[in-house]
Parts: sequence; C-alpha cells; structure tokens
Amino acid sequence: MMSWLPENVSTYGGQIDYLFYLIYYITAAALILVTVLMVAFLIIYRQREGRKAVYTHGNTALELTWTVIPAVILLMLSFMSISTWGEIKIYAPPAEYEVRVVGKQFNWDVFHPGPDGKLDTEDDIKIENEVHVPVDKVVHVQLQASDVIHSFFVPSFRVKQDAVPGRNILVWFEVTKPGKYELPCAELCGFGHSGMLGWVIVHTPEDFEKFLKENQEQG
Amino acid sequence: MSEAAASAHADHGAHEPAGFWSHYVFSTDHKMIGRQFLFLGLFMLIIGGILAMLIRWQLAWPETEVPGLGWVPEPHMYEGIIPPSTYNMLFTMHATIMIFFVVMPIMVGGFGNFLIPIMIGAKDMAFPLLNMLSFWVGAVAGVLMIASFFVVGGAASGGWTSYTPLTGAAVYTGVNWGINLWVLSLFVLAFSSLMGSINYITTLINMRAPGMTYFRLPLSIWSLFITAVLLLLALPVLTAALGMLFFDRVFATNFFLPAGGMPLLWQHLFWFFGHPEVYILVLPAMGVTSDILSVFSRKPIFGYRAMAYSMIALAFLSWIVWGHHMFVSGMNPLLGTAFMLTTMVIAVPSAIKTFNWLGTLWGGSIRFTVPLLFAIGFVSNFVIGGLSGVFMASTPVDIFIHDTYFIVAHFHYVVAGIIFAMFAAIYFWFPKMFGRMTNHTWGVVHFIGTYVFFNLTFFPMHFLGVGGHMRRIYNPMQYEYLEQFGDMNVFITISAFCLAIAQIPFVVNFIWSLFAGEKASENPWEANTLEWTAPSPPPHGNFATTPQVYRGPYEYSSPEVEEDWLPQTRPLGAAAATGH
Repeated sequence: MMSWLPENVSTYGGQIDYLFYLIYYITAAALILVTVLMVAFLIIYRQREGRKAVYTHGNTALELTWTVIPAVILLMLSFMSISTWGEIKIYAPPAEYEVRVVGKQFNWDVFHPGPDGKLDTEDDIKIENEVHVPVDKVVHVQLQASDVIHSFFVPSFRVKQDAVPGRNILVWFEVTKPGKYELPCAELCGFGHSGMLGWVIVHTPEDFEKFLKENQEQG
Repeated sequence: MSEAAASAHADHGAHEPAGFWSHYVFSTDHKMIGRQFLFLGLFMLIIGGILAMLIRWQLAWPETEVPGLGWVPEPHMYEGIIPPSTYNMLFTMHATIMIFFVVMPIMVGGFGNFLIPIMIGAKDMAFPLLNMLSFWVGAVAGVLMIASFFVVGGAASGGWTSYTPLTGAAVYTGVNWGINLWVLSLFVLAFSSLMGSINYITTLINMRAPGMTYFRLPLSIWSLFITAVLLLLALPVLTAALGMLFFDRVFATNFFLPAGGMPLLWQHLFWFFGHPEVYILVLPAMGVTSDILSVFSRKPIFGYRAMAYSMIALAFLSWIVWGHHMFVSGMNPLLGTAFMLTTMVIAVPSAIKTFNWLGTLWGGSIRFTVPLLFAIGFVSNFVIGGLSGVFMASTPVDIFIHDTYFIVAHFHYVVAGIIFAMFAAIYFWFPKMFGRMTNHTWGVVHFIGTYVFFNLTFFPMHFLGVGGHMRRIYNPMQYEYLEQFGDMNVFITISAFCLAIAQIPFVVNFIWSLFAGEKASENPWEANTLEWTAPSPPPHGNFATTPQVYRGPYEYSSPEVEEDWLPQTRPLGAAAATGH
C-alpha cells in the first residue's frame, strides 16, 4: 500500500508519512486479529449435532480490556499527532519567501514579489498556474479565493489547505528537492474543477535568480 | 399463541376496512407504512445505483460514449459522452439519493416502523395518522428530488455536502432550479423524519408491553430509539441551514457568502447535522446486526448493557466530532486538535461493539442462514471502515488524505456497508413482513456476489487515495501523477458493474418469494423477541392480547429450558405456576 504514496519532498512530509505508517501497521494488525478471530469462530462454532451454545452474557474483565487497550492506543496516536499538527498548521517558522495564490474558477492566480521582495507593490509578478519558489527556503503562501472554495493541494509536499473567499489563510512549506510538482484543486469548485491544475516549480538558488531576472526584464 | 387467540386475530382482521386505498396506500398500520418505506428505498436504490454505474464508466473510460445512452439530449450528454457538469450532478445525486432516500427510508423508516411497535408488544405507533403523514411527506420529498433531474440546467451538482459559496448562487454552478429543488426536497424530508422520530420516541416511552423494561429491549429497538433522538435533535439544524441556503439563492441574503456572511458557517451547520447523520444511518444497522448475530449464534448477545451504553456514547459523542470534516477547511487549527481528540474517543465505543460481536460468535452454535451471512458481512466491512477512520482522525495524516479516494473508500465501507445490514434485516424479517420465506440458495449466491464485488470495488480505492487521487474529479487522466491509476480505475469499474449484476438474484428472489415463497410459520428462526409470537404476517393490531414480558430478548441456549431458545413471553417457574 505504501508504494502508492507520492515521493515526499517537503521538510514536514516525513512526519506525516511516519504517522501514516504507524497507523497503517496498528490498523492492519487490528484488522488481521479481528478477521482471523471471526473466521476461526465461524468455523469452530458452526452448528453441530448434540452441542449447545455456551450460555454467557459477557465477561466484565474481558470487556474492560478491549475498551482500555484501544482507548490507550488512540490517545497515544492523538498525542503523537498534536505536535506535528501544531508544527504544520499553528507554529509556522518565519517566511524566507512569500507568494500569494488566489483560487478562482478554474485557475490559480499566483503573485510573486518583484525585486523589492514585497507583495502588493507595482513590480509584483503575476503568473497563472505556476508557483515559483526557491529550494530549501521557508515559503509562506497567502492563500485566497475570489469566488468559491478551492483547495491548494500539493501531493508531493503533503500540503492541503482550502482557500476560502474572504479569508487570507497562511500555508507554509519548505521543499528539499528542486523540480516541478503538480498543484491540483482538491475541493469541488464547479464544472471545471477537474483539470484545475497548477504547478509548483521549485528552483535551485541559481535557477531562482534567473527566474526573477527574466521576469523583471519582462516587467 | 393459542388456537383461540389466532382465530380471534382472524376475526379482528375481517373487521378491518379492506379497501385498496386505505389498506395499501393511505394506511395507518405501522407495518404497511414500514413496507411502503422499504419499497420507496429499494426503488431509489435502483436509481442511485444507476448513477453510480455512470460515475464509474466515466472514471474508467473518460469521455467515451456510454453504451446505449446516445439518445440523452444535450447538454446532459453529448452523443452518449458525459460532460463535466453532468458528472458533478451524477455524484451529487448518487450520494443524496443513497443517504436520504435509500438508507434512511429503509433502515429508519422501514424497519423502524415495522419493528418498533411489534417488538415492544404494542398494537401500533402512538400516532398512526402522523405516521402515515410522515411517509407521504417523505414521498413528496422523493418526487421533488426526482423532478430536479428534469428542470432546465439539470439536477444539483454542488456535491451532497453542498458547500457554499459554490451552491450559494446559481452563477457558480450554472444550476438554478436543480439546486433549489434539492434544497426544498431535503427541507420537506426533514419534516417527514421529524414526525417519524417524535412518533418513535413517544411509542417507545409509553407503549412498551408490561414487563418490557428498557433493559429488556432488543438492541435493534435500542438503536432505533437512539436514532430517533438524534433525528429529532440533528435534523432541525440542517433544516435551518437549508432555509438560509434557499434564501441566499433566491433572495441573495448572503448568509453563507463572504459579502456579509461566511462560507464556513455552512460547513459548521452542515456537519453539526452531518456527523450525527452518520450515526443515524449506522446505529440501526448495528442494532439489527446484534439481534441477528445473537439469534443465529444461539447465544445471548455478549455484553448487552455495554452494547446499549456504547450506542448511547456514540450518539452523544457524534455531536462533538463534526470538526473532523473541516481540518483543512480554514477552521482554527486549535479546534482541529480538540476535534481530533473527540474523534479518537468515538472510535472506542465502535471497538467495543466489534469485540462484543466477536464475543457473541464465540462459543455459539452458528446457523449459516442468509441473514447471518449478511450480518457477518456488515461487521467485516464496519471493521475496515472503522479502522480507516483512524487515519482521518489524525489531523496531520488527514491533511494528505482529505478529499481523496481514501475518504471515498472509508465512507463506502461504513455507509454503503450498511447495505449488508439492510439485506440481513430484509432476509431476516421477510417471513414476518410478507408471510413467506425467501430462497436460501439464491440468498447465499446474492451474499457471495455482493461481498466479493463490494470489496473488490471499494478496497482498491484506498490505494487510489494513498496515491493522492482526488474525489469528485471528472477525469483523472488530466493529472500526470494519476496516470498510473488508469488500470486500477478500470478494475474498480468492472467490479462495480459485477456488484450491480450480483443484485439480480436478490431482485428475483425477493419478487418470487413475495408471491410463491414457502409459507412462513409464526417463528421460523426460533427467535425470542415478541414479533415472532404474532402470526406471519401479523394482522392490523399485531397481538390478540397484550403480551406479558418475562425476560430479556437474548435467552438463547439457556440451561432453564431444553430447547435452545426461550421467548420473552414464555412464563417459567412461579409465573408459569400462577398462570400469569
């Protein structure tokens, strides 16, 4: 099952994958346990001549055991999840590069800061469906939507965040490997939802310089 | 039941008004209303199933002609090819119909009506006329929903969750009256459910037979009781939200639009209803599964009180987990942490139920009847659906799998898995409902086909989800990273077609048994609960004399008697001696 996971290239993606694997092994063990017991019981305790079923209404000790063990495991999983969740969604590290992505039916409008390094100035570089970011830098995305809800999904970064009209939501990531990564919309946004697709282009430092320069010249 | 009592029944039956309309159409008999809900649900199941097949065709062979549908006019289809707008309509209506017009009518409306009075020893519901009204209001809702297919622009296409602003104004979907009718239909349906739930609760509190204490109720009745309470308290929230949505659409009130309102408000209201709704769907399935497992294991249910309390716990917790649908919605992430904790906790009562079902099978003398097979199928699917839910409960993991096919696999294992409990219940109570037995062999064939192809259809969807395959996309081939899943989508589609074909034995068996099945005796399964002391099918009024209840519903293989069942109504010891 694991081989289907897309390659992870973000700093925190590994933590998500770790939790995923952990839950996978625990639930797989539980599934095998329950299935084996059920099949065994169905075979062993099938109706046979001359045998009456065991007359019992339950067993308190046993019932307490199978209440407490799942509860402990589930609480453990919760506490293990809390720190990763906090790191990804609550305590974002300071931005080293910042872009704005605005979802609209059915494109991503991407605003890159120009030479002044600031958004909302005249030299902003607007590109449709392409987010250009440097590798190994903390990137903040100001995520917005202009009509309906869209969802910013980069499978390889393990990033997903809905873009909500009227809101400016912070998404952050740090990518460890240069390349071109698909950025589909993951929330139904109308008849053109399927195929609403952008790209995150992660540049090496040299490439990123080149990208900025080329766009300044055009600007 | 004595001969005299049986003939008293026959007399009673003869005095009933026997007109076609009052007997079959505007009946106030809870059993007829139950059957009406059952047939409504089965009819809608066919429509919902056809929609699913069309969805699967598009996903396996995107933008190719669907065989035999070349006649469908534009813009719904283009020479048999499904366009994106129609695709969105297909999955929206598939989910809406399956949830609101199949599972709810059959499990809550059908079996709730049929079973509650007769299993507690009452002659009918507390408010028979209200009961009839509940069905007919539900039928009007069904007509509105079906009518929405035929208005200009087609039926609703904003997803069954109908997130605003997409559905808040016609401009975003291009669907105007389709969504308006969708809203109106569910608004009307809510009144049907409200009437039903008030009736169920009143009946259960006031009309239990002498000796039928709360802790002598069968678990199917406990589950329907709790479901009725959830319906009473959860549905009005949806009704209010639907009213506001209708105002947004028609009068531009902007409750759920950023100009003056808030898109996330809809999600909070919708899921505040939506999560209890999941338990409204699944609790009755758990209840009937418990009863059927106990009957055919010839054993008392393992941990009866724990089963009842865990259902109450599920119901209470279901009010405080709705935020787990919204981890990536832009809701305050601190709330995400809180909702993760409650969601993890709600898995505990589900685990208790599973282990108690296993405990019931342990040491049993298991009779492999068709209802038992389907009940086992339900448990097996529920285990998979429950365990895959743990992935979503963990907020960081949910970031990745949210809105992917992993979720689709998960909720089909839980909600579509209910169909196994539904079939178990139909095969189990068919003799009581219609007075005839179903065919065992064809039932087994139906079970094997359904179980195998259900798993072949839905299990691979987990893999799609792990690969990042989004739900609700029209054509996965538009994405480079999803191209590898083409073959798997074809496999799933073929499995889904086989799953549909596997239902043919059921249809044939059902119709054939209805008219030509072997006549059923009063108690063909040798079960303990009260409905099996009434004739098959029971007359209007159910019982000649009000039954007296002496014990709980699960006294199978009791050492007190020679045979392996002990009906709730049979007096033993001192009670038998005094003739009480």
